Amino acid sequence: MNATDDGDVILELKDITKAYSGIVALKKANLKLRRGAVNVLVGENGAGKSTMMRIIAGVERPTLGEIWMDGERIHLNSPADAVRHGIGIVFQELNLFGNLSVAENIFATREITRGLRGIDHKAQVEKANEFLNRLEAGISADTLAEDLPIGQQQLVEIARAVSLDTRILIMDEPTSALSAAEVDVLFRVIADLKARGVAIVYISHRLEELMRIGDYITVLKDGQITGHAMVKDIDTRWIVRSMIGSDAKDFAKQVEHEPGAEVFRTEDICLPRAQGGYAVDHVSIGVRKGEILGIYGLMGAGRSELFECIMGRHEHYTGKIFVEGEELKGRDTTRRIREGLSLIPEDRQREGLVQSMSIADNLSMASLGQFLKAGFHIDLKREKEAIANAIRNLSIKAMNPDLDVTSMSGGNQQKVVIGKALMTGPKVLLMDEPSRGIDVGAKADVFRTMRRLAGEGLAILFSTSDLEEVMALSDRIAVMSNGRLVMVVDRKDATEDMVISASAEGHKTKRMHA
Amino acid sequence: MTTATQTAATGNHLSTGAALLTLMKLRTFIALFAVIIFFSIFAPNFLSTANMILMSKHATQNAFLAIGMTFVIITGGIDLSVGSIVGLCGMIAGGLIMYGVALPLGYTVYFNVVEVAVIVAIVGIVIGAVNGLLITRLNVAPFIATLGTLYVARGMALLYSDGQTLPNLTGREDLGNQGFAYLGSGSILGLPVSVWILIVVALGAAYFARFVPLGRHIFAVGGNERASRMSGIRVNRVKMFVYMFSGFCAAIVGLVISSELMASHPATGTNLELNAIAAAVLGGTSMSGGRGTIGGTIIGAFVIGILSDGLVMMGVSSFWQMVIKGLVIIVAVVVDQAQRRLQQRVTLMQMAKAG
Repeated sequence: MNATDDGDVILELKDITKAYSGIVALKKANLKLRRGAVNVLVGENGAGKSTMMRIIAGVERPTLGEIWMDGERIHLNSPADAVRHGIGIVFQELNLFGNLSVAENIFATREITRGLRGIDHKAQVEKANEFLNRLEAGISADTLAEDLPIGQQQLVEIARAVSLDTRILIMDEPTSALSAAEVDVLFRVIADLKARGVAIVYISHRLEELMRIGDYITVLKDGQITGHAMVKDIDTRWIVRSMIGSDAKDFAKQVEHEPGAEVFRTEDICLPRAQGGYAVDHVSIGVRKGEILGIYGLMGAGRSELFECIMGRHEHYTGKIFVEGEELKGRDTTRRIREGLSLIPEDRQREGLVQSMSIADNLSMASLGQFLKAGFHIDLKREKEAIANAIRNLSIKAMNPDLDVTSMSGGNQQKVVIGKALMTGPKVLLMDEPSRGIDVGAKADVFRTMRRLAGEGLAILFSTSDLEEVMALSDRIAVMSNGRLVMVVDRKDATEDMVISASAEGHKTKRMHA
Repeated sequence: MTTATQTAATGNHLSTGAALLTLMKLRTFIALFAVIIFFSIFAPNFLSTANMILMSKHATQNAFLAIGMTFVIITGGIDLSVGSIVGLCGMIAGGLIMYGVALPLGYTVYFNVVEVAVIVAIVGIVIGAVNGLLITRLNVAPFIATLGTLYVARGMALLYSDGQTLPNLTGREDLGNQGFAYLGSGSILGLPVSVWILIVVALGAAYFARFVPLGRHIFAVGGNERASRMSGIRVNRVKMFVYMFSGFCAAIVGLVISSELMASHPATGTNLELNAIAAAVLGGTSMSGGRGTIGGTIIGAFVIGILSDGLVMMGVSSFWQMVIKGLVIIVAVVVDQAQRRLQQRVTLMQMAKAG
């Protein structure tokens, strides 16, 4: 389906390619943004939407390709460049200065000054209130940003972007933390901006929303544009088809085998939050040999924190952890690994890999103790064999294990992290969002590996915020919400609706209190 | 603009980039040969055996410190205190030989030379351990912690003799503590003893970095501390070790210098930490941690040593020597950064092309 070229184009991306170390996030992507219209961008996690927007906002520079605005080629070398060209962005992650007031946040870098007398705080607050009132936010501009709940912080971000008087306004999932009423207000503001000729770029996962306010729609998949159309010509089925492609996700088929005895159990794991309440709230959970337990939850549900407690990362957690019936005494990661636990961290770059080291060194860094002769001398031959084994078993595509680990694709980097964990010989494998930031093919590989490992008798706990993933991979499904374990159910008895409604459970009670 | 020419241009760009990269990686070697060739032409007697031995003795002092410094920098830290440890350890060595240790009840214990060396080495390790504890337990930034010990150790060295030099460390026959001079002026098979010790320490350090788990962990900790911790590496233990080892290396230099001069002066070793850092950086150690080699550092130390000795022989004023040394260090770091950027661009371009 081809989009008609009637609306006038304000900004055009031509053959943009963006490579990060380890992953090509965009491959020769073309995009046209039209003024006075809502240009919708959809795609799965990791499809490259955010990368594309960061390029337009001047945060990232494209590796290859050109950006044209109003028929002229432009270079966006910094966010300041983008602002000068009239491009504003509301980021997905909140980018507020928590220690500054709302007004100071809105006018950061373009403070209203009175010559030598410095910043005119009163005028800033007044003007900020104006913008906030337009969003019907009910926020006073002199409160500290960190004192606001997440939803209102997001409104402040939007107010800041609107106040910039932009010609192109990018909104990356602006509604993810908003209530229905707040969304309605936002949509009115968008309609107003549209009428004034602003080109809106709207990114969201919520298809109903897109159908409601979108004019043009562009679908991204694995860094490539797979569909472009006018919203009035299409339906949600079209979107899903373009997003997922003809080939449905390749989840490894369940290997039929009965899980064995329970090898791992936690009792009443609690991790207090600095602001009060619990990040992990009395979680007791068990996993059996050869079983895959999927923990589903939204952002901030406490999944990563639970894993970190289990690995002994937090000193002040309470509760008990058992491996094969024995309570674990030590509270540090080193001992936890020795006792048969291993974690694949969510943030591969920050916690998984040592970027300055080679593939081989990354694989063996956690298990060097196994290759010792005379108690201190590493037997390089045995180490090399073990590394080669790991590379073969996980089908890691590494031509030369001595190359830098950053020379590989994201999926292979993830396999290196998995390989590192497996080389320690764990009984229980914890995987925090194991498919994050890797492409479809690599995901399927990782899932197959998980299945195989479970088949070999490893107990696997993995966390995900992808519903399809948790439904397809788990033997049992646990749902966490706001730090609490709200549901544990056999895969056979689980439905998507059940899981989704459970994942909101923890927040409901909180809202009632508020 | 046609795509064909564009691809050709980028292709060319890639191969010249790769060639440039290889050149940059060999820069320390190139620098070493450059200084040797330059001075053998312009400095009289530069290539004579006597001069070579003298220069290697000078370079050895920097090299010891630079080996310890390399490990510290690879973990992402810095050790500014080594120069002062050199001074303090030299004073303690001198004091032990001249005065021994006075016990209560009027006895004085004198140690033989080997025992003195061991005690001094322990003192160096202990000061390193203090650095390590400040950094790991009390979370003081390495720069600040070792800046503090720099002053404390130097002050203690001055206090030890009230600022006086301890001369004539020949020892006394009746006390059995003669022979201190061997360390600084003895030679085996024509090579100075201190050079032999350097060879042993350097080989040991290189072996350690490759064949011992703790040595490997040094690189992991510097490359990504969080990932190291998650992989079960005891980060604090690794950091303690590198500062203690650095202190040990400094103690050796303290011994070597006072043995060479047969006297201990409390200001010995002032600014040597800067030479050590320069040698490590020149040898390709990354100040941001995670990368570096012992071999590179040794070459770096010799480049700096030969450079300063050669300039002296050419009669260049010491003021100009400083300027030249500074420029060499800056150029080394600039090239290092350029290499890293180029490398990153080359790999990203290759990936973007491969799609």
